[in-house]
Formats: sequence, C-alpha cells, structure tokens
Amino acid sequence: MFSKVFKILHHPQINTPYSLEDILKTDAKVDFLVIEGALSRSEKILSRFGYSFKDILDILSKKAKYIICAGSCASFGGIFRLQNEAKIFGALFSGKEKGGFWFNNSKVINISGCPMHPRWFVETLLKLHYGDKLSLDEYRRPKEVYSYLVHHGCLRNEYFEWKVDCKDYGEKEGCLFYEHGCQGPMTHANCNKILWNSVSSKTRVGSACFGCTEFDFPRLALYETKKHMSLPSAPYGISKRAYYSLAGVAKGFKIERLEKRLIDENN
Amino acid sequence: MDKKTKKTELILETSLLLFSQKGFYATTMPDIAKKMNMSVGNFYNYFSSKESLAQELIRYSSDKVGAMIRSVNEEDCDSKEKIEKIVSLYFKLAVEKPQYLDYFLRVYLANKEIFKDGCEGMVCVASFVTEMMIFFEDGVRKGELRDQNFFSAFGLFMGYLGGFVFLNGENILDNNLESFSKDVAFNIYQALKVHEAS
Repeated sequence: MFSKVFKILHHPQINTPYSLEDILKTDAKVDFLVIEGALSRSEKILSRFGYSFKDILDILSKKAKYIICAGSCASFGGIFRLQNEAKIFGALFSGKEKGGFWFNNSKVINISGCPMHPRWFVETLLKLHYGDKLSLDEYRRPKEVYSYLVHHGCLRNEYFEWKVDCKDYGEKEGCLFYEHGCQGPMTHANCNKILWNSVSSKTRVGSACFGCTEFDFPRLALYETKKHMSLPSAPYGISKRAYYSLAGVAKGFKIERLEKRLIDENN
Repeated sequence: MDKKTKKTELILETSLLLFSQKGFYATTMPDIAKKMNMSVGNFYNYFSSKESLAQELIRYSSDKVGAMIRSVNEEDCDSKEKIEKIVSLYFKLAVEKPQYLDYFLRVYLANKEIFKDGCEGMVCVASFVTEMMIFFEDGVRKGELRDQNFFSAFGLFMGYLGGFVFLNGENILDNNLESFSKDVAFNIYQALKVHEAS
C-alpha cells in the first residue's frame, strides 16, 4: 500500500529516481522530507556529498509540506547528541529542551523510537496524505501512538501489580521493572498494543523496555533499574507517595501463584 | 466532621491510651466503653471486635506519625535539617502524646498475632513507612544520603528513635527525652550521609 500511495524521490542508500543534487536544484515541491539521524549546523560535524547538512536542510525544508523526523536521533539528538550537546541535536529538540536545529518549525512531526516502529511511520504519513487530523503531544509526536505507555498491554502487568521480580532475562514470569531496567511504565509508545511485526515486543520476550522513544534515550546502564535507597522511580504521572504506598503494601503479600512458572512440566 | 466520626476519633484516642498503658490483653472492650461513658452495646456499633479496633488503631497512629513526617518532607530543606526536624517532632510526640508511639512499640510489635489477618506487611503502617521512603529516596537523589538498601537505613533511623522512646518510657534516661534530640539527629545524619572519598 505504501508504495502505491507514495513515491520515494530520493534516498541516499537505495535506488531512487533522483539524486540529491536533482532534488536540491529543482523548484518542485515535495510532500515529505524524512530525516533520519541527529542534526548539526556545523559543516565539520555533518556534511553529505559536498554540501553542509545545514544548507541541505535549509533548501529541502522549504520545499517540503511536512518534515518527518524518523527515530529518536532526528527527534531529540539521541546517542549522537551525547558526544556534543551544544552542537548536535534533533530537529526541534535537544533532549527535552526546545530548540534543536530549528527553534520553531510547524512542519516538523517527530516519530521517536530506536528504531521507530514502521507502522507509526506509515500510519502517520497516510493520515497526513489523506488529510486526516493528526493530534500531536508536547514533543510533536502523534498522540495516537505516544499517548500510550509501553506498560499498557504488557503481559507482565500482574507481576508489576504484586511486585514480583523477573528472575532472569527471557523468562515469561515476573516484572522487569524492579531489577532489570524496564522503562515500560514511563515510556510513551504503543509497542505492547500493536506489537512488532504484529507478533511480539521486548517485554513479551523477556527483555526490558529501554525507553527508546523518550527524549533522554539512551541512558546509561540500560539493563539496570536506577534506584535510590533501593526505591525505583515512580511510573509516569504517578506521585512517589501514591506509588511507594501501594508498592510497599503489595510487596508485603506473597502470592504463591505468581512465584511459580506459568508452564511447569513437572507439576 | 460528623458526630459519628467525632465519636469514633474519641474512641480511638481513648483506646490508644488504655492499650498503651495497660496492654492489649489487659484492656477489655467494657473498660474502653466505661471510660467513654458509653454502653458496651453501643460501643460495639463502632467496632465489632477488639481485633478490628486494634487494627484501626495502628492505621490511625501510622497516619498521625506519617502526617508529621510528611510535613517535614514537604519543607524545602536538606536531609540534615530534615533529620533534625523528624527527630525533634518524634521526641516531642513521645513526650506530649506517648500513646501513638507506645501503641506501635508495645502493642503492634509485641502482639503480631492480632494483626496477621488484615495488617499484613505494610498494609496498616503504609502512611508512615511511605513518608520514610520518600525522605530516603529524596536524600539519595539529591546526593546527600548514601545509597543503600532502604531497610538498612530505615532500621537504623527508626530503630534508634524507637529505642530512645522505649528507654524514656522505662524512665531509664538520665535527662529529658527532648534534650537528646540534637545528638541523636547528629548521629543519624553521620551514619546516613554520603561519605566523601578519602
């Protein structure tokens, strides 16, 4: 469906009908400029095919109806930003702060993720193409995707409720939030609703959510839960008082069913 | 506050005094009703059993102490100052309203069989323990307190305070409880603070 609706005019790595120079020189308008990777105004840091990226973006951004930042680097700066936060950023944001390559640009739509889910990208482009309303969050991400948390739809939610830890990666049982660095309860994305390849997700196969759609991705020690005095951060939008109170009470109960394997061949 | 809520609170306050002074088993429901000038029958309209009253009392005491610590948590000051304030308020409470702490130390901790169904784990003391969690988490996050297991820090802090209140209750201390406040707070802070690398 995508290839029937959209025509890719230029891509630096796949066979497309026009070169970058063709696109830069033409007066024709395009519907979408898709940016991948972090941005910089410095010619030394970022140039392509003999052009500074700043010049490329200045020209192409004027031709495009929408600018789609595909992934967390283009949205927030991502891992590249950690090398030089003053000079490397996303299109509109440097981490969580407003002001990246542009301070304001109403054409920009961020589809953060590392990688972004292909469905987020295709659905967003289709909506825009067909003129459907696209609501955006404070980081200019489609609310349809980013108003959810990865926690929503996680099959481990019962373990989260009763504070039962996952013993090891890859196991079906237990919650990965307490020891294994899972960021699902504070990461905006619908990974556990639409799934990857419509089949699975990190938490479903027993790996922690890394919070790859958030402005602070990547954090250090992705497989560790950052704690203060052995207390983890509270889930997004939940006060510490509410969370610790509930968590402390739940942890006081030992639920035998949840301590057992889901499928135990010996019993 | 409606009439029934007022009366319930009065029952709780009266029971706290009796339980903490005479002990749980030596205090009967008729004793409390008599002290309240209530008929025993009417008293049972408020609490159907001594166990349910006992469990409500630990929630009530925990809420009181929790609210006290919350007021400190919400202040804009560093962990050292917060420790001083918590210790000072705790000792003040032990002097002015000893029943809140005595009930915890002499009834709740000493008679766990009464609380095993309904007050499992943190259920009845959540409001107090949660405030201590917030205090410790905040102190570590700000780089003021050393990161460690919550319970090792909690035990040090509350065990120390509880021990002092117990000694005071036994009239063993050679001076009034509040006079120890500064030294006790200093010791707690020294034990919990971040130690600079030598």
